[in-house]
Amino acid sequence: MAVGKEIKNKIGSVQNTQKITSAMQMVAASKMRRTQDRMQQGKPYSDRIRGVISHLANSNPEYKHTFMEARPVKRVGFIVVSSDRGLCGGLNVNLFRTVVKQMAELDAKGVEVDMGLIGNKAAPFFRSVGANVVAVMPDVGETPLIADLIGGIRVMLDAYSEGKIDQLFLASNDFENTMTQTPTVRQLLPLNPADDESYKHRWDYIYEPDARQLIEGLLLRYLESQVYQAVVENGACEQAAKMIAMKNATENAEKLIDELQLIYNNARQAAITQEIAEIVSGAAAV
Amino acid sequence: MATFQCEIVSAEESLFSGAITSLSVRGTIGELGITPGHAPLLTGINPGAVTLQMEDGNEQVYFASGGYLEVQPGFVTLLADTALRAEDLDEAQAEEARILAEKAMEDRNSETEFSSAAAMMAEALAKQRTLEELRRRRR
Repeated sequence: MAVGKEIKNKIGSVQNTQKITSAMQMVAASKMRRTQDRMQQGKPYSDRIRGVISHLANSNPEYKHTFMEARPVKRVGFIVVSSDRGLCGGLNVNLFRTVVKQMAELDAKGVEVDMGLIGNKAAPFFRSVGANVVAVMPDVGETPLIADLIGGIRVMLDAYSEGKIDQLFLASNDFENTMTQTPTVRQLLPLNPADDESYKHRWDYIYEPDARQLIEGLLLRYLESQVYQAVVENGACEQAAKMIAMKNATENAEKLIDELQLIYNNARQAAITQEIAEIVSGAAAV
Repeated sequence: MATFQCEIVSAEESLFSGAITSLSVRGTIGELGITPGHAPLLTGINPGAVTLQMEDGNEQVYFASGGYLEVQPGFVTLLADTALRAEDLDEAQAEEARILAEKAMEDRNSETEFSSAAAMMAEALAKQRTLEELRRRRR
C-alpha cells in the first residue's frame, strides 16, 4: 500500500536519530563515572591548599608577594573553562552568559577585560562578542594534563605580575549533582582572606627555608591546582550535561515517533475505509 | 595525651585524616618533629618518611615525595606531591628506580638532565630509607 510513504520514511529517520542519541547517552554515562572519579580524587588536595592559602592571606607575612596585594582595578583577567565538544545542553552557554554579564558590569565601570580561554568552545564565542582574548588552551581532552594548561596560566599570571591586569577570575561550572551544574566565577588573584575570626589577630608563620621562595612555590602550586581542578570538574559537568541532553533528545524522539505512528495509522485506516466504501458502492451499482 | 588534627593529602587522594600526638617529617632544612601547640610554620618537605604517632601509641609510616607542610596551633596539613602508605612501597621497585637513576646520572649530557636525574636519585634513596625505617620498627 502506497499510503503514508512519507510518514513511514519520517518515522525511520527519527528512529535512526534516536539510536544515535541513546548511544551517546550511554557513552556519556560511562564517561561521567570516570570523570567524576577524577574530580573526587583531586578535590581533597585543592580544598586543603585553598585552606592553607587563605590562612596565608590572613597572616602578616614578612614577604608580601604581588599576588597578595590588592590594587585599584583598571583591568581584569578571566580564565574561562569550557568543554571541547558541544551537544551538552546549556552548559557552556550558561557559563558564558554569566561571564558576559560580569564583563558588562565591569565595562560600565570603565574596567577592561582580558580573557584566557580553556577548551574548544570558548574561543569562537568570546571572539564573536569582541572580547580581548590573550591566551587559548584548546583540546584539553578527557584526561586533562597540568602540562597543557601551564602555558596559558602563565600568560595570565605574568600579566598580573607585570601589572597589566589587577584581578584574576576563574569561571567554570560547579558539579552539584548529575542534574545541576552551576556556573561560578571565583576570584583567584589577589588572594581572598578566609572569613574566620580566629585568624584576624596579628600573626605570621615561621618559614623554612625562606619566605620568598616558599611562598612563590606554594602560590604557583595553588593556582595550578585550582585551575586544574576547575578543568576536571568542568569535564564531569560536561559529561553529566551531555547525558541529560541526550536522554531528553531520546525521549523527544520517542514522543515524535508515537505521534507520527498515530498519523500514519489514521491515514492507513482512512484509505481502507475509502476502499471498502468504493467496493460496496460499486457492488450496489451492479 | 594532647592531640592535634592531621591531614595528609596528595594530588591523587586523601591518605590520612585524624587525631595524632606527634608527626615527624623531613623538611627542606632538616628533620622536623611536630607536637601539639607547635608555632605556625610553613615549610617545604624533602622526599622521605612521614611518621605519625597515634593516640593509642601505634605508629603509621607514609612516604611523601616532596610538597609542603602547614602547621597551625590545632592542626597540621601536609600537601604532598605524591604520597604512599609505606606498606605500599615496593622494595624491588625502589631498587630498580635507584639503579635507573644511577644510570641516568652516569650518561647525562646536560645540566637539566643531571638535575632531574639527581631528583630521581633522591626520591629512590628516600624510598629505600623509608622501607628500612619501617623494617626497623617492625622488629
